[in-house]
Amino acid sequence: MNRIKNAFDKKQKGLLNVYFTAGYPSLHDTVPLIKSLTQAGADLIEIGMPFSDPLADGPVIQASSTAALQNGMNMRVLFRQLEGIRNEVPETPILLMGYLNPVMQFGVENFCREAAEAGVDGVILPDLPLDDYVAEYQEMFRRYNLRPVFLITPQTAPERIRRIDELTDSFLYLVSGPGTTGGANTQAEGVQEAYFERIEAMNLRNPRLIGFGIGDKASFQRACEYAEGAIIGSALIRALEGTDDAPAAAARFVSSVLN
Amino acid sequence: MNTIYQQPTERGYYGQFGGAFIPEMLYPNVEELRQQYLDILADPAFQQEYQQLLRDYVGRPTPLFEAKRLSERYNTRVYLKREDLCHTGAHKVNNTVGQILLAKRLGKTRIIAETGAGQHGVATATVCALMGMQCIVYMGEIDMERQKPNVYRMRLLGAEVRAALSGSRTLKDATNEAIRDWISNPVDTHYIIGSVVGPHPYPDLVARLQAVISEEMRKQLLEKTGSELPDYVVACVGGGSNAAGAFYHFLEEPSVKLVAVEAAGHGVNSGHSAATSVLGKPGIIHGSRTLLMQDEDGQITEPYSISAGLDYPGIGPLHAFLADSKRARFISIEDEDALRAVAELSRLEGIIPALETAHALAALGQLGAGPDDVVVVNLSGRGDKDLETYLKYADTIL
Repeated sequence: MNRIKNAFDKKQKGLLNVYFTAGYPSLHDTVPLIKSLTQAGADLIEIGMPFSDPLADGPVIQASSTAALQNGMNMRVLFRQLEGIRNEVPETPILLMGYLNPVMQFGVENFCREAAEAGVDGVILPDLPLDDYVAEYQEMFRRYNLRPVFLITPQTAPERIRRIDELTDSFLYLVSGPGTTGGANTQAEGVQEAYFERIEAMNLRNPRLIGFGIGDKASFQRACEYAEGAIIGSALIRALEGTDDAPAAAARFVSSVLN
Repeated sequence: MNTIYQQPTERGYYGQFGGAFIPEMLYPNVEELRQQYLDILADPAFQQEYQQLLRDYVGRPTPLFEAKRLSERYNTRVYLKREDLCHTGAHKVNNTVGQILLAKRLGKTRIIAETGAGQHGVATATVCALMGMQCIVYMGEIDMERQKPNVYRMRLLGAEVRAALSGSRTLKDATNEAIRDWISNPVDTHYIIGSVVGPHPYPDLVARLQAVISEEMRKQLLEKTGSELPDYVVACVGGGSNAAGAFYHFLEEPSVKLVAVEAAGHGVNSGHSAATSVLGKPGIIHGSRTLLMQDEDGQITEPYSISAGLDYPGIGPLHAFLADSKRARFISIEDEDALRAVAELSRLEGIIPALETAHALAALGQLGAGPDDVVVVNLSGRGDKDLETYLKYADTIL
């Protein structure tokens, strides 16, 4: 079963992918958050595996990672938490996002096996080079039915976009502009639209989700004009900050974006 | 001479170490550099400008000084390669002069850098002033406190110093911030990395620009000792740029013993250390696979050293390969022994070394060098920036 493909077949437009950091705001929020985000209408769920030095992330996600690590989150704990998640959330695609070093220390094959057993559908590892993926991990990912998601930026060359499109069977993660996660959109008017339109005109085989700098209903709807949907991370983390009922806060946040 | 130690593979590997593990946002920048750096370095016009600046601006060649009283103390023949006499007070400027010329040829207008002790930050701010380029230097908040004079120098030179407030608020975090800046400014900005770390081609690029140190050593040793080859070359290693430069032209000379000296902090097993070759396991930091201090979950451990320039949880991939293949011997030196070495060199030779360099000097007693052996210590930097620390530890030093 390909839950990612099913999700895009079912909805086709306006898909919301939400990111949160596992173990944040408290260690055992992971599963309740997955459930409440799904119930509130999130179409895909991206779980961040916290890392001490998350290069592609901004201060909000970095702070949530630091807190999660202090709460005791690690890969073993996360996979234990995810056992049985498919009984609770049978259809929503779940992706794991993180950095290569913790995955390598866990063992890439162990990681793939445990992820597959938990019912994880896709993996986003921003610092895994394409060539290394192809040379060392592609076959393993396929064996465990895990779909890689790769990032595309305004500077990614067209031939590289084609290659990325060939290498995956999930969706393309369009980074909205220069910057790390949670940053403000500081580009001149029209620049971003031109980039999205350029990608759209390439008629790629995978659907696209736009991420970075999407944080509310207005930016979500705007992103959805140029792609099948969008990804929200830092804004959700901000909504979870300081709350003692994270699932309720998450549900409220998703509703505010979708309704 | 192109061999396994001197030259990484096309994808930047020294054995199992190296590579370019970077998010897509950095790929075009790093790829542009990878495709162009060798051609630019080989361009005669580049070389002419680079060599002229090294001579007339940096003050090269730096002397190779026979330290007679130090030699007597250790009963061997100690020579000091005086990188402390470079403009700005350390070897770092060899690299920044080269990289600013490279940045100009790549059409970049904005320069960013990270710094630990501030030596690389000052060297970067200096060449940016020289070339009239905008300069932003990231520095850990804690390092800004312990290296105040260098913070002022950078500002005087026109650079903006931005505090890194995350993690241990030292060199590792300054590097993270610089990388994030580069991600946010992918078109106009060149990142001048200060050590032989980071994604390929940086480790090779910086090693080639610092190789002028060992190139000069060979000529000077021939003049002074009758042989181009010493018995030992000793250098401190944080990321490892001065060591890479001091070792470079001896890497393929098996008779030359290469000694890399790391900061053991309060002791290798104290939990407050930066001795990566002992405490590290293969892992990925700042875009390359190398030896890395980390916990069993792959989270990067916060290193400790009294010296801001050695306070880094990794080493360059070349050094990881030198350690792994046993081509170099790695020695760890504790804070107190480094402080004593500061006093020793100051009193015996009238040279006040940087705290980083003092670690290399403190290893002299552990080499096992004989009376006829020629030992070259790369005196990577001067101690002016560390005077406040030396005052604080006056009881140990004086």
